[in-house]
Amino acid sequence: MADHESAGAIASFVGAVRGESGEVTLLDLSHYPGFTERAVAAIGEAARVRFALLGYRVVHRFGPLRPAEPILFVGAAAPHRRAALDAVAYLMDGLKTDAPFWKREHGPAGSRWIEARDTDHADRARWEESW
Amino acid sequence: MITILFFGRLSEAANTGRRTIPLPPGVADTAALRGWLGRDEPALAAALAEPAMGIAVNGALSRTNVILTGNEEVAFMAPVSGG
Repeated sequence: MADHESAGAIASFVGAVRGESGEVTLLDLSHYPGFTERAVAAIGEAARVRFALLGYRVVHRFGPLRPAEPILFVGAAAPHRRAALDAVAYLMDGLKTDAPFWKREHGPAGSRWIEARDTDHADRARWEESW
Repeated sequence: MITILFFGRLSEAANTGRRTIPLPPGVADTAALRGWLGRDEPALAAALAEPAMGIAVNGALSRTNVILTGNEEVAFMAPVSGG
């Protein structure tokens, strides 16, 4: 991704499991093999086109994850910083609401499903685009 | 045989992530399958009735009713959250 002489800016983001002060001991992520990869690729391609990226990378984990473990890596390379930084934010907002992953949070009080929140949809809406 | 996949809260309501069954008599599309699945499982019927639920047939997301012939993979998906 960074191996491009025009890439003056490379931005990245790593999301990790929040422990919520001991309330969360495990986050279990499931996905739909094949379908999920295609959906993530569509979000990535939309980012590549929109921000004229020289390259990008999305790595999303699944299965049981513990607090502080990384869930995903997003990276974008562009000629200048604004496109690279915006592309990372755009990718994250898109993945939050549209990437086909299902999360179940486990803790001392039991377990519950986590779904995209209203704030996630508001973040997503600011890009005013669908993929 | 038709393969039915359940994701997220739907897998809990269905008590499984996957069912493989012959296409039930009288079921010819995804809307009918949805109704048939919930016929004597109230928790699953309620989960399947949520408007935010997504349906994919053979890996393609569908917002309309899709005809089924009996050899499809039909996925019922609860609202997602990546990242």
